[in-house]
Amino acid sequence: MKARIPLTVLAAGLMSVAGYAALFIAPDERTMHEIQRIFYFHLGCWSAMFTALTITFVANIGWLLTRRPQWDWLSVSGAEVGVASCTAGLITGVLWGKPAWGIWWTWDARLTTCFVLWLLYVSYLILRGLIEDPGRRATLSAVFGIFAFLDAPLVYVSNRLWRTQHPAPVLLGGANSGLDPTMGKVLMISVSAMLAMMLIVLADRYRLERLRHELDELRVAGETQPRELVSALAKAPRN
Amino acid sequence: MSTARAAAILLEKELRLEFRTRELLNATIIFALVVVVLFSFSFDPTSAESRRIGPGLLWIAFLFSGSLMLHPSFGREQANQTLDALRMAPISPFALLLGKMLANFLFLSAAEIVLVPVFAVLYNVSVLAVAGRFAVVLILGTLGLCATGTVLSAIAAHARMRELLLPLLLLPILTPLLIAAVEATASLLAPQPGLERGWLALLAGFDIVFLTASWLLSDFLLEE
Repeated sequence: MKARIPLTVLAAGLMSVAGYAALFIAPDERTMHEIQRIFYFHLGCWSAMFTALTITFVANIGWLLTRRPQWDWLSVSGAEVGVASCTAGLITGVLWGKPAWGIWWTWDARLTTCFVLWLLYVSYLILRGLIEDPGRRATLSAVFGIFAFLDAPLVYVSNRLWRTQHPAPVLLGGANSGLDPTMGKVLMISVSAMLAMMLIVLADRYRLERLRHELDELRVAGETQPRELVSALAKAPRN
Repeated sequence: MSTARAAAILLEKELRLEFRTRELLNATIIFALVVVVLFSFSFDPTSAESRRIGPGLLWIAFLFSGSLMLHPSFGREQANQTLDALRMAPISPFALLLGKMLANFLFLSAAEIVLVPVFAVLYNVSVLAVAGRFAVVLILGTLGLCATGTVLSAIAAHARMRELLLPLLLLPILTPLLIAAVEATASLLAPQPGLERGWLALLAGFDIVFLTASWLLSDFLLEE
């Protein structure tokens, strides 16, 4: 964990550059003007969320197959950071929606999918809080996590099918069509800044989970082992 | 013992248990009826309005009553540690899950058979002309609901606040199923009834994805 401080400084630097670039370097958007600049942050939130939730999904499978507690620590960290990124993405989306579309919210496929994902992963975290036994908590929440992840494409497809049959009120304007090269570069910087920040928060959350686990072990040891052994364990060097 | 045979025996056990008391089925039907009646106060139930809102109302009633009905499926096994006894039986965990899924499927289907005619009478929609196609939608929808719900019932049974937890876990998972089932039902109740294959495909896809996932994950779900 020695790399933590330099990595944090790097991510903070990247965030500052991304913020500056999004506000001052990126060219003005033709129809939406200044409000479009939230997009650089907004898309970053979604990339962070999808990465974090994919990490959770992989960690869920990893726990079920190997039973190494590290996978469980990773899955809870991924889910928490994913929910946080999702919340930021939803809020920036709502803030952008009002001036750009004239409405705060529309039940468009993407918005609905992300909202349902948010609900699913908040439920995942609630579920984890309600099961006492650590092993059982890890296994049962992993099964639910896999269900939740499998559900996401179905939610998207169903909403897509539904909304294209009725005339959709507003759809996200073609971000991929004719994107200005400077905009593309700024976008890349902001997305990598958000990803870097997400990964650092995730690593810290993982560390917290590991320390909690060690503390629990010491507590159990304190109830069953002689005092000298426990203090020796507590002083033992760790990486 | 083959999985099918073990599941059939467990299904018989569930059915016998239920038909001795009939408490689950009675309560589910009445609860769904309460939802259907309460909804009538939230809009003006004219014929045109019922056709528009009815399908959603009907499926919300099924989802709510299903999410409450599915809880005892595993919750009931907690009281006397009978789940441990079932686990000790030399059968695959999926057989245990499958037996319960089939039992829940039959219970919820029985409730739907009672509810759909009542709904049709109360809200003045005609289902008789499209009964066959409507049955396909009901079967696919109920299957998906019971497959996911039984798995989540097994998860919730080990947690605190399990009665509240099951709907919390189940209802967001069912979003695609709700959309597809409501849209398919709406197209059947329209003045010119027709059934769009896309929605049926989505319902079937939901069932296949989650039945396969339950089969793959059943070992982990029911381990001690």
